[in-house]
Amino acid sequence: MFARMSLFLIVALPFIGALLPGLMIQAGRQACFYATFLVTLVAAIGLATHAPAVFAGEVVTARIDWLPQLGLNANFFLDPLGFMFAALILGIGLLIIAYGRAYLSRNDNMGEFFTYLLLFQGAMVGIVLSDNILMLLVFWELTSLSSFLLIGFWKHLPEGRRGARMALTVTGMGGLSMIGGMLMLGNIAGSFDLTVILQNRELIQDSPLYLPALLLILLGCFTKSAQFPFHFWLPHAMAAPTPVSAYLHSATMVKAGLFLMARLWPVLSGTEAWIVIVSSAGLLTMVLGAIIALFKNDLKALLAFSTVSQLGLITFLLGTGTAFGAMAAVFHILNHASFKAALFMSAGIVDHAVHTRDIRRLGGLARVMPATFAIATLGALSMAGIPLLNGFLSKEMMLEEATHVTLYGSPYLVAAVATLGAVFSAAYSFRFIAHTFLGPVRNDYPAKPHDPGVGLWLPPALLIIPVVAIGVAPFLAEPFVKLVTGAVIGSAAELPDTHLKIWHGVNPALMMSAGALVGGLILLALYSPLARGWNAAPRPEAKDIFDGVIARCVSGAERLAGGLHNGAFTRYAAIFLVTVIAIGVHAWVTGSNAAFSRTMLPITPNAVAAWAMLVAATGFLVAVHRNRLAVLILMGVIGLMVSIGFNFFSAPDLALTQISVEVVTIILLLLALNFLPNRSPAESSAGRRLRDGTIALAGGAAAAALVYTMMLSDFSAETIAEYHLANSYKGGGGTNVVNVILVDFRGFDTFGEIIVLGIAALVIYALTEALLSGPVRAKLLNRRFEERRAGDPHPLMMVVLTRVMMPVVLMVGVYILLRGHNDPGGGFIAGLIVAIAVVMQYMASGFAWAAQRQRYPYHGIIGAGVLVAGLTGIGAWFAGQPFLTSAYGYFQIPPMAEFELATAMGFDLGVFLAVVGAVMLSLESFSRLGRRAGTAVSEHAMDIDPSRDAAAEREGG
Amino acid sequence: MELLVATAIGALTAAGIYMVLRLRTFPVIIGTSLLSYAVNVFLFTAGRLAVDAPPILQDGVEVYTDPLPQALVLTAIVISFGMTAVVVIIALGSYLSCDDDLVDAPATQPEAQPAPEAKRGEAPS
Repeated sequence: MFARMSLFLIVALPFIGALLPGLMIQAGRQACFYATFLVTLVAAIGLATHAPAVFAGEVVTARIDWLPQLGLNANFFLDPLGFMFAALILGIGLLIIAYGRAYLSRNDNMGEFFTYLLLFQGAMVGIVLSDNILMLLVFWELTSLSSFLLIGFWKHLPEGRRGARMALTVTGMGGLSMIGGMLMLGNIAGSFDLTVILQNRELIQDSPLYLPALLLILLGCFTKSAQFPFHFWLPHAMAAPTPVSAYLHSATMVKAGLFLMARLWPVLSGTEAWIVIVSSAGLLTMVLGAIIALFKNDLKALLAFSTVSQLGLITFLLGTGTAFGAMAAVFHILNHASFKAALFMSAGIVDHAVHTRDIRRLGGLARVMPATFAIATLGALSMAGIPLLNGFLSKEMMLEEATHVTLYGSPYLVAAVATLGAVFSAAYSFRFIAHTFLGPVRNDYPAKPHDPGVGLWLPPALLIIPVVAIGVAPFLAEPFVKLVTGAVIGSAAELPDTHLKIWHGVNPALMMSAGALVGGLILLALYSPLARGWNAAPRPEAKDIFDGVIARCVSGAERLAGGLHNGAFTRYAAIFLVTVIAIGVHAWVTGSNAAFSRTMLPITPNAVAAWAMLVAATGFLVAVHRNRLAVLILMGVIGLMVSIGFNFFSAPDLALTQISVEVVTIILLLLALNFLPNRSPAESSAGRRLRDGTIALAGGAAAAALVYTMMLSDFSAETIAEYHLANSYKGGGGTNVVNVILVDFRGFDTFGEIIVLGIAALVIYALTEALLSGPVRAKLLNRRFEERRAGDPHPLMMVVLTRVMMPVVLMVGVYILLRGHNDPGGGFIAGLIVAIAVVMQYMASGFAWAAQRQRYPYHGIIGAGVLVAGLTGIGAWFAGQPFLTSAYGYFQIPPMAEFELATAMGFDLGVFLAVVGAVMLSLESFSRLGRRAGTAVSEHAMDIDPSRDAAAEREGG
Repeated sequence: MELLVATAIGALTAAGIYMVLRLRTFPVIIGTSLLSYAVNVFLFTAGRLAVDAPPILQDGVEVYTDPLPQALVLTAIVISFGMTAVVVIIALGSYLSCDDDLVDAPATQPEAQPAPEAKRGEAPS
């Protein structure tokens, strides 16, 4: 018995392998190629290890419950259908990689190309092996994305970029609708696992959601498989390098839609809606694609539309809903993959050798490129449906099926249309051969044609082997085709009792087939007049329509966005505020308000005085708000009253924080005011002021009412305060519960907060740098001050005072930091206090003077703070505890009193450093704006210094 | 006492809203600062008011106020300083670069609007 490779690994291998080409390209193109080839080869061998089991009828599964609550599980299963597709993807993938090695020129980044190719390959294998439809959708979207990258691989070509964008838009849109359809399907079946969904045919078809789900899923399949009316993207995607066209657009990706229709065939097919929609779309696509293909002059465009046509054929077969149709579809998928990939590669060879794909400039290549001629001719004849080649067999089955289908009430309609499609497909196949290879050798080829090296011709030649082998001996393929057909139809129908044979006797299908070949030859003979007529006939161009729709969407979106977001931020704010107030009022009116359950605290005269000051300051602030300096003074009053309030209501830590933040905020705003105009002009109209006043009063009243109600009601749920109070000392070792919450219970929050603070400071620093290195610098240099400047900006009194106070303030800061665990204080407050002490030095002696004495950069202090806090948290890991668990103990060093050491102090030290650094960096950045280049750095701490004057006198005298 | 706090919050909110709706950057910044006072006090009051019951554990004392809102508000105060500073530098930068401190973007002339749109329409790619 073989060891079998896990399905997970088979799916994951291309994704993991996608890392290799980008790395290996450093070692050369050959190494890059080998890496890619080997990855695919290993995956293919892994798939092959399952072959015996799959042929024995076993369904291989691999399951991991990933997010079972969502029904999203990483489940894979391998049945004959999945096996066939996976084998096509990996097998043709190997050939394409070999072909791509020879095809890509030195200017192309091969590492990038193979990376994308492997990503695509992984996504495709994922689609065909997924058991969970949500996983399948993820892989489905991945194919859209990776094919976008592959189509647009030649980024310098506008057609490539446009084609890639169109393909992504169309398939991406289809993918979206597919998600909707799949979710409905999963909802009906009660599971997102395909194996479960496939058991529920009756349940799904009886559901009222069946039709919407079907339509949405079909939209996804049709866009992916380029079915009418979404066929137009495929030819434009042909701007991709030829290996991509051969791989994605003939053998694999465009078959993903077919795969899904085949996969869901047991549950979705057989209804009236399915038959009408799917077979009509398929027939229409088949005929339309074939007609357009005949008149295309670009070899790849011809092949592209022929692919559209052939995909239509397979869609039609799946759409008939009979087991025989499914079998023919499976057989044709196999046959088409082989001959069409070979044809694309031949077109690439021609392009490579002659430097043109324009069929009008070709002809007569048979003699100069015999090997290519042989490969291309066999492929094209198979496509035309010539006996002894595999295309004949499946096309015959299609025609046979067509004679049995009744659509729109007419039993002959389908047969007639199918024959018409066959006529045209024979015609374009013949044209492909005749106009490229037959005829006299020309002497005006853009380059001298020659047969290519083995790297280019061997891969298509290998593909031609099954074309001929199956064509001559169809019984070779029969067991496999029947096995896969059995997997497609599941238990929904009986396996048809027919055999793959060349000769079925003279029956309608044979006559139609022969008629198609004759018709094809006639069309080829009449090609020139027909082409003139075709080119003269007006017809809608799908690309123009698509572009028009996109342009209209873009302009519509712009108009909408422009109308809503017109840059009037004040208006946005007003709308936002009114909305919030309205929602609040609505909740207030409709909600139930319990009666007040708490009694009000008695009002004291002191409290009334503070309240009056606060309200008065607020009122004045609004009244005089145009005088910006007065506003700052009033802000100071308000901040002071708020911190007094905090203190009064048992929050000493908040009071300390508020008052120190108040100081730095006011300094900051003063620094800013240095540059801004010091008055706001009166420019609002009276109506506007009335509007704003109304909104403001409504908002204020709402806030007051809300707070008042809340404060007089009891907690609606049990508070967690008790837990914190009970465990603060026991668990955290501190009696200041607020500080213990900050450094211990909710230490992670605090850790995040100091990081945010540090980031804010760095943002300020970066913005300042950007301003100072731009045109603003010149403006600052040429600034004229409207008012007279002080003659003594660094006064003696202030310098002396701040210098004397500095050590005292630092000591207070350290004290506050150390005692924070047990008494009001802590890292935040201590950091602010120390920052204020340092700012005072800047204010007293000037920015440049202080900056020269600044030993550690503030960025470093912020970083050190975050680092110290983080390391303290990590320290807990070594004790086997989670991040930021604190430990503490009591120590005594005689003769000092017993004292406590806790790891939380290390954390608080980090907070302290981060706060100091952040505050200082912000303030420093602002003052840097004020430093005008060219101003001499003051070398003295103060401008007027009596001792200096005395010394100068002594020296002079 | 609750009445006083509630009305104070109301006053701060109203003033903050009015200032936020002004047309220049400086009053808007002041407005946001006033609103952050109001919001901080509001969050603080979620623990309900208590006098002489600071959450500093002491032997023999049984009644403490709710420490959790205090811890949350403490960091909120510090962070609001950081945010004010960022907003101020942005306002300053825009004033220094554009020579005006208006909040709203200048109204675009309606007749100038169709021209760029038509251009885009012509070349959708």
